[in-house]
Amino acid sequence: MNPEYYLILAAALFCIGAVGVLVRRNSIVVFMCVELMLNAGNLTLVTFARTTGTVDGQVMAFFVMAVAAAEVVVGLAIIMSIYRSRRSASVDDANLLKA
Amino acid sequence: MSESTELTIDWAGLAPMVIVFVAAFAGLLVEAAVPKARRLPVQVALAVAALAGAFVAVVLNADKSGAVFNLGGTGLGSVIVDGPGLFLQGTIAILSIIAVLLLAERRTVRGGDFVAEAAVVADSAADVEQRREDGATEIFPLTLFAVTGMMMFVTAGDLLTMFVALEMLSLPLYLLCGLAKRRRLISQEAALKYFLLGAFASAFYVYGMAMLYGFAGTVDLAGINQAGVSSGQPRMLLYIGVAMIAVALLFKAAAVPFHMWTPDVYTGAPTPVTALMAACVKVAAFGGLLRVFNTGLSSSAWDWHLILTVIAVATMIGGAIFAVTQRNIKRLLAYSSIANAGYLLIGVIALGEAVGQTMFYLAAYGFTVIAAFAVVSLVRDGDEEATHLARWAGLGKNSPGTAVVFTILMLALAGLPFTSGFTAKFSLFSAALQADELGLVIVGVVSSAILAFPYLRVVVLLWLNEPAPDAPTVNLPSPMAGTVVAAGVAATLILGIAPGFLLDIVDQASTFLNT
Repeated sequence: MNPEYYLILAAALFCIGAVGVLVRRNSIVVFMCVELMLNAGNLTLVTFARTTGTVDGQVMAFFVMAVAAAEVVVGLAIIMSIYRSRRSASVDDANLLKA
Repeated sequence: MSESTELTIDWAGLAPMVIVFVAAFAGLLVEAAVPKARRLPVQVALAVAALAGAFVAVVLNADKSGAVFNLGGTGLGSVIVDGPGLFLQGTIAILSIIAVLLLAERRTVRGGDFVAEAAVVADSAADVEQRREDGATEIFPLTLFAVTGMMMFVTAGDLLTMFVALEMLSLPLYLLCGLAKRRRLISQEAALKYFLLGAFASAFYVYGMAMLYGFAGTVDLAGINQAGVSSGQPRMLLYIGVAMIAVALLFKAAAVPFHMWTPDVYTGAPTPVTALMAACVKVAAFGGLLRVFNTGLSSSAWDWHLILTVIAVATMIGGAIFAVTQRNIKRLLAYSSIANAGYLLIGVIALGEAVGQTMFYLAAYGFTVIAAFAVVSLVRDGDEEATHLARWAGLGKNSPGTAVVFTILMLALAGLPFTSGFTAKFSLFSAALQADELGLVIVGVVSSAILAFPYLRVVVLLWLNEPAPDAPTVNLPSPMAGTVVAAGVAATLILGIAPGFLLDIVDQASTFLNT
């Protein structure tokens, strides 16, 4: 199958994720959209590994996955601590810093 | 056959990172093994010893230029030890020793600026209770992990290593931002903002890396530079890749329009963490930018020169103008850090001509800004920091010593002669002139003039205004924060009056491998 389709799919996922980060208000959903963007990057890496005939891209996808997992740990800890203090995970409610 | 696949590792070149990384894990063990009362001195000693050891290792590596990992005689790109990498690693080590001392300050506010147990719900009864306890000492291993990431970031020779380093320096910082003892809601909010926007930026980085991989067939910076001339792939892949990598790196460097997080996070985070971010992360971010643009993208300079110039102009002017309108000292310093990112971008755009001067600027600015934040953490209303500028009026009458110190730092940030701010700006701008960036230098000078206004206003406020009857107190620092202020001011004056020795060092250290 033509690898271009995968690149287009990845670009679409990346855009959906980016728009989601900008318009959604729940910090968990925002974070999921970031994960979607990372996975779009992974899909692109793997597709290019196929087109360039190297395995580097597949290895890089593993690195990105591992780093993304570490990011989830830190991110959910921060979101949880905010939620427990405010009973809300909305990014609009976090507005104490507006000078 | 066996010769061509033999992997040799230059452990001496890797040593600075390994020392700090091992010390970070040792710090985690200290948390488990050492009784609570003795953890602080042990952790501080461990962190300072590790960072000093890393600095010594950097010095021993001086004049080295090559890849750390070699496969059958050919260098692999992942970690490159060369002049700029070593100089920036050394700068990060020294600045983070100072930042660690500031993190360890326990006298200006009892128990320190950090929360004892971050899991306790903010402002609950248990939280009020734990304000009397000493702050958690996990901050030191977290800092060491972040510093390892920064050191790796400035020596990373391929985009993947750079991505891992970027996350390694960011993740501990997200947590550190949320660990303030006072105003915990604001601190947690800063952590959330920094985290969400930082994760957003890393997603751009990954996608940009994928695009450059598709363009060049490798993520090695030298390979990408080669492909900029010879690749048969569509040029569009290169454009998208460069743009997205630049977004992520400029986010860390706090350039307009990716600066939105800076004032909020600088204000919300505990002041010692803000100092660490303003000094060390700035060095790391610009170290990464210098390396990517000098060794990876110099062959495609025509493609990104214009857009980066626009960003530099927006950063210089935007940062300076917003700084004028600030009423909070931490926000003022945040916007000034944005404007300074603009000046440093001139050094990135000027490429090889200005690498040394950009590194000098980073070192000079780091010392000054870390001392400025240390002074901010001393001036307090009760237990809270007096960050509103109006509260600083007449400080020169009540505590002349602190006011003199802060005046020196403000004049340095404003770029007046006989301070490091002047030498740094002067050498950077003259290097940029040699690289034919006259337009950027003019904008830089205009922006510096605008930016001098808010600093001089602070100086006027300190000396010529009458103090309020309930003026904030200046708490006597312990030797920890005292050393920070002394070291910062000393470096500011020495680099202003006799900068020759450091200018010589950066001159020798300004050549990247593979340029």
